[in-house]
Amino acid sequence: MLLYAIILAPLLFALGAALLPADRHRPKLLPTAAFIHLIFVFQAISTTPTTSGEYLGLDALSRLILLVVSLLFAAIAVYALGYFRQHRGWSNRTFIACLLIFLGVMSLATMARHLGLVWVAVEATTLVSAPLIYYNHNRFSIEATWKYLLLGSVGIALAMLGIFFMGYAGLQGAGKGILQFDYMLAAAPSYSKPWLRAGFVFLLVGFGTKMGLAPLHTWKPDAYGEAPGLVGGLLAGGLTSVAFLAILRAMQIMAAAGELQLARQALLSLGVCSLLFAALFVIRQRDIKRMLAYSSVEHMGLLAIGVSIGGTATFGAMFHIMNNALTKGVLFMAAGNIHRFYGSKKVCEMQGSLSVLPLSSALFLVGFLAITGSPPFGPFLSEFTMLRGMVEEGHYLLAGVVLLLLAMVFVGMSSTVLPATMGPPLEKPPDADAFRDSFLTTASPLVLLAVVLCLGVWLPAPLRDLFTQAASLLEVKP
Amino acid sequence: MHPLSNAILLFVILLNFSLLGSSRLAACIKLVAIQGAGLALLPVLMHGWTFHGVILLAGAFLLKGLFIPWLLFRALRQVQIRREIEPRIGYITTLMLGALTTAGAFLFADSLPLLAEHQRSLIIPVSLSTLASGFLMLITRRKAITQVLGYLMFENGIFIFGILLAEAMPLMIEAGVLLDMLVATFVMGIVVNHINNEFSTINTEQLSLLRE
Repeated sequence: MLLYAIILAPLLFALGAALLPADRHRPKLLPTAAFIHLIFVFQAISTTPTTSGEYLGLDALSRLILLVVSLLFAAIAVYALGYFRQHRGWSNRTFIACLLIFLGVMSLATMARHLGLVWVAVEATTLVSAPLIYYNHNRFSIEATWKYLLLGSVGIALAMLGIFFMGYAGLQGAGKGILQFDYMLAAAPSYSKPWLRAGFVFLLVGFGTKMGLAPLHTWKPDAYGEAPGLVGGLLAGGLTSVAFLAILRAMQIMAAAGELQLARQALLSLGVCSLLFAALFVIRQRDIKRMLAYSSVEHMGLLAIGVSIGGTATFGAMFHIMNNALTKGVLFMAAGNIHRFYGSKKVCEMQGSLSVLPLSSALFLVGFLAITGSPPFGPFLSEFTMLRGMVEEGHYLLAGVVLLLLAMVFVGMSSTVLPATMGPPLEKPPDADAFRDSFLTTASPLVLLAVVLCLGVWLPAPLRDLFTQAASLLEVKP
Repeated sequence: MHPLSNAILLFVILLNFSLLGSSRLAACIKLVAIQGAGLALLPVLMHGWTFHGVILLAGAFLLKGLFIPWLLFRALRQVQIRREIEPRIGYITTLMLGALTTAGAFLFADSLPLLAEHQRSLIIPVSLSTLASGFLMLITRRKAITQVLGYLMFENGIFIFGILLAEAMPLMIEAGVLLDMLVATFVMGIVVNHINNEFSTINTEQLSLLRE
């Protein structure tokens, strides 16, 4: 029952948002729905393994992703209150309804125990996030939306083909073509190997497009660049984690079928490729939101590498999912504030923002330090754990390459972030008075940053257990 | 294997070719609609007239044959465009590529490790060739609306492959997939209209403002 409530509550609020006549009160639905969702999620996570029929269930992986999505959404919902206060004249009906449906279908995707249902939910996330990206209604955002919609839909269609291939692999074994996940795990050893491998590759390409692994990431800078900051945060922290979960599901089946090696190699190559692309493109990036998009590509690559190594590195990757999502939330919200203050997201038009917009700029600067893996923040610890895992497994060369690329990303990002925030401020922009740091626009990034800091200093035991359990799902059962 | 289902599958290939060679957008929408409606018949022909099959038939027929084409025609009326002028790659070349990929699909399907009962079936090669044709449409055409059609063809190719698993797919999931496709076409139609309003054309090469 609780699982249904987690999905239905946001959807009901979305319906309410669509029916509510006044634009002024509609934003208040967002935090209400978000906190109800968060309470349900906490309740579901704290109880022992829950399943609801053959379609919905919560294993450790779902718990982790669901928790991340719900936390991030709650923070962004509070921020959205401040956001809509600034955008008084704009109609927000579609936007808020889509945001709430987005939360509902992301929850569905995390809890689905049937690959078909996972697909339906992930495709639905693409469709409801398209209007979110288009919110600014201009030439740039329509282009970003079109690319996102078309690439996302075609990519996800490939994932569907991959799922069908896996089903066909089962048709040849004892699987009967059934796509129910637990059933597939049990029957996987008898699957036809060629079809299973082909299925995995298509699935990886499909959901990899959604997740933004290079070289399938081309929609990402455009979509993150043009979407409002809060949407960018949700996409970079929430949606990518959900797509990653879909890939992990396929990996679980491969592990059960004794094909884990191939799955790991495929993920490793995409992961290294993503790090490489990110390191190359983040250099001399003049647009802060596009820079964040490449940083997202980088972290998706890290996640892929982490789970492809196994052992300690997988634990690190699970930890990193949470760190990346929450830190991306901070960065996109802060970048959204800076963007609105200057009416631009180009570095050359925002020099020295620290002295005119102190709190948001400080958040952006510290968020940058956190995401690039500076101690004592969470990402440092999880990246360090992944590197330790690589060394433990004897991948010295890989560890060296990853370290080098991470350093390149750090240098590349700092060459954008430092000029934007430090130094003497530019002439006051004409509409500078329109936006000021306020409680609503800075409180939630501040809280998220505090959580990220806390994760880096002290990891609570229940969370550690959750990461361990999630990581153990991705290992071969003896 | 019902003889009629083979006829439908061959017809689907013919439709692929006429789509690749046709420049009139209204005709293209009709061809995709016919393709979708014809494919909707396949599950019942393959697996018999079960309750599940009939619902799937009705749903797929209504959606792919009627509702989605209606949405596309509406979008077409709003943007007031008749033809796909000068695709990236000419019609003759696309047709040749289509023929090559179809031949390749048949050859390739022979070498796949299939179940005995699917050994001589047309399903796999037709599915592969429809996927390839849809992909060709997506990459060779400039108009946003033809790209949507390419996406729908691509989906049709996947649908054909899915028929092999139709018995094991729960109805609820199939309904979800069809609903997603419907919403996708709806959203794409709206976006096409906005592209037209913003750029006064639906040529997607105008969409090149966002570059590194």
